[in-house]
Amino acid sequence: MKADIRVALVGNPNTGKSTLFNTLTGLNQKIGNFPGVTVDKKTGFCTLADGRVAEIIDLPGTYSLYPKSKDESIVFSVLADKANTHTPDLVVVILDATNLKRNLLLYSQVADLKIPVIIALNMIDLSKKAGISIDIDLFAKKLGVPVVPISARKVEGIDKLKSAISFANKVALQEASIDVEAIAPGLIAKIREDLKVDNPYLALQLAHQHETVKFLTPAESDHIEQLEKEYSFHSQKAQGAETIARYNFINDLLYDTVKVPETAKDETHSNKIDKVLTHRVFGLFIFLGILLFMFQSIFAWSAWPMEKIGDGFAWLQNYLHSILPDGPLVGLVVDGVLGGLSGVMVFIPQIAILFAFISILEDTGYMARVTFMMDKLMRKVGLNGKSVVPLIGGFACAVPSIMSTRTIENWKDRMITIMVTPLVTCSARLPIYVLLIGLVVPNRNVWWVFNLRGLALTGMYIFSLISAIIVAFAFKLILKGRERGYFIMELPVYRMPRWNNVAFSMYDRSKAFVLQAGKVIIAVSVILWVLASYGPGDRFDRIEQKYKQPQYAKQLSPEDLTRSINSEKLENSYAGTLGHFIEPVIKPLGFDWKIGIALITSFAAREVFVGTMATIYSVDGNADKIESVQQKMGSAKNPETGQPVFTLAVAFSLMMFYAFAMQCASTMAVVYRETKNWRWPAIQFAYMTVLAYTASFVAYHLLR
Amino acid sequence: MTLSELAPGEFGIVKEFTDLEMSVKLMEMGCLPGEPVTVSRVAPLGDPIAINVSGYQLSLRKFEASTIILQ
Repeated sequence: MKADIRVALVGNPNTGKSTLFNTLTGLNQKIGNFPGVTVDKKTGFCTLADGRVAEIIDLPGTYSLYPKSKDESIVFSVLADKANTHTPDLVVVILDATNLKRNLLLYSQVADLKIPVIIALNMIDLSKKAGISIDIDLFAKKLGVPVVPISARKVEGIDKLKSAISFANKVALQEASIDVEAIAPGLIAKIREDLKVDNPYLALQLAHQHETVKFLTPAESDHIEQLEKEYSFHSQKAQGAETIARYNFINDLLYDTVKVPETAKDETHSNKIDKVLTHRVFGLFIFLGILLFMFQSIFAWSAWPMEKIGDGFAWLQNYLHSILPDGPLVGLVVDGVLGGLSGVMVFIPQIAILFAFISILEDTGYMARVTFMMDKLMRKVGLNGKSVVPLIGGFACAVPSIMSTRTIENWKDRMITIMVTPLVTCSARLPIYVLLIGLVVPNRNVWWVFNLRGLALTGMYIFSLISAIIVAFAFKLILKGRERGYFIMELPVYRMPRWNNVAFSMYDRSKAFVLQAGKVIIAVSVILWVLASYGPGDRFDRIEQKYKQPQYAKQLSPEDLTRSINSEKLENSYAGTLGHFIEPVIKPLGFDWKIGIALITSFAAREVFVGTMATIYSVDGNADKIESVQQKMGSAKNPETGQPVFTLAVAFSLMMFYAFAMQCASTMAVVYRETKNWRWPAIQFAYMTVLAYTASFVAYHLLR
Repeated sequence: MTLSELAPGEFGIVKEFTDLEMSVKLMEMGCLPGEPVTVSRVAPLGDPIAINVSGYQLSLRKFEASTIILQ
């Protein structure tokens, strides 16, 4: 779609910016990247009343143009870089009408860049309810910009905002807020002259941010550095002076336009909830209770849809087999690709439910309280209160969780969080645990209510959290911090979750999961299928010849005969050869060559384990029927000793391996993407593999 | 007296800061000299604290609160 006008949405966090973005663009949006940085660029299109099309860019929420985190730095870059392809023609600044004072700081900075601005005064309904009276006409007159009162949640005032966008001026008409030149006298004029910058505030911002912005040449940046020395410019002092000047301007502005009652009603309402949810004693128990409820629901509610998805794929595979002729290509597509895909698709319900919970917890403002409650504990082990969100998200999938660490401002805290998040039991490990626990742990109750298998599974989850915390502590001692850590965070007012946002997040995350994991799984399935279907030399022919001898046909039923041929072929295939090759290394852990194949394929993605096991134990029909794989694995005997392969020791050793090993290509890729350095994923891979091997070894020898 | 010495429910007015780096961040969030602040609660583990300032609730660690000197 071609846009007639480009509009950027700018605002503080928790002002309803995303809701407004979703309302303006509907589902007509896409996520891309800003060039050179990994920050997601959310854009969408919106048709205005006059038929013109506006491209809307949703910029990350920030309190000021001075960035404190990776995400926030993009806001200034987009607004300031005039040569860029996504420079907006117009900025819509969203202000929270219930909290104008702090919100106006960002507005006054954006306005001083002299880009055409419109104010969307959001949550106007809530501010009225709280008894805040705003003289909107006078407010708009004093600022010199159009001000549109809206309620993004209730979809009120959106049409007026759209017409304000279509009637917006092409030149900036807003009143100046502060005397910018007075903050760095001389320096600003010199930068404007030497770098041909027409706007004084842009010149001041460049003095602050010249080292981080991408659009200056090294020569320009060095020149600014030189000038700063000449004029003895102190960045923090100048920033402090600017902030004080801006708040003076804001206080003057609000003095005769806004009247706030002594205590806003919404605030006290929120306070009452906080008294319970962050209570000194109950607060942490409530959090634990919410977590327990979340996991119970994820398992309970996803069981039915997961079964249906599995059945659906099984039906499709059977159907395709019945109408297509047997052959290598059909086998590859139906068994390899479809089998692998069904392995991913069955996780959709879990991912969707988990993200529904996370989005509700974030939307209501509870996640900020969790951060608040956990900060002290987290800090002790080298993390940050904000690390709680990725760690909880890690129960679903490390990939989006690692992306969500961008909100952590401190470099060291963020790196440690990234390093330990993959240790948390993600949903891809779940089917492996379920399979192995079902194999070796008896299904009976202890202490009246606790099911032994359920306890073992819960144990694996708790174990993963404890190991993440211990590893974080180790990294705290090893890593050198570059900057001081701090924790200055808004506790937003409690609000009802926005259900369309919850639904959208479920859809969006599931889609991203399927696309990301799907690619890997298809690739692995294809490669594994090829490796398992072909063998070196004429080994396969010899096996066929061997089973053509009459004594086999007499002793075995035709079904058993096919199975024996297949399993012997597998052992002699490339995959089998590979398994035998690594067997000496994994033997101390109690694993045989068949498990070895599964381990190797699982390094692409853990989900592949069950499918690989299914292929290896030559189960006929659907590769993802856990029940049948389980039976096969349960009856598997060690050819040398005649004992079952999957003993308690082997199963737990295997679970320990999966608990620690970095078996996920997508996570490695996202760690690289977030750290921009191959060293980090390499370190992570190395330490996790060492831990996995050690833990497996210990588990096997303790339980044997 | 610093902000970290206030008990929940107690109130004070910001006078100045002892730490430049922290002050820049705090002022951006609306915690400026002359601004009244009320401690609304302390986290269950004793740190951080939550304060009411500029019409909203802000949480910060006790160490950060100790850089804020009250009138």
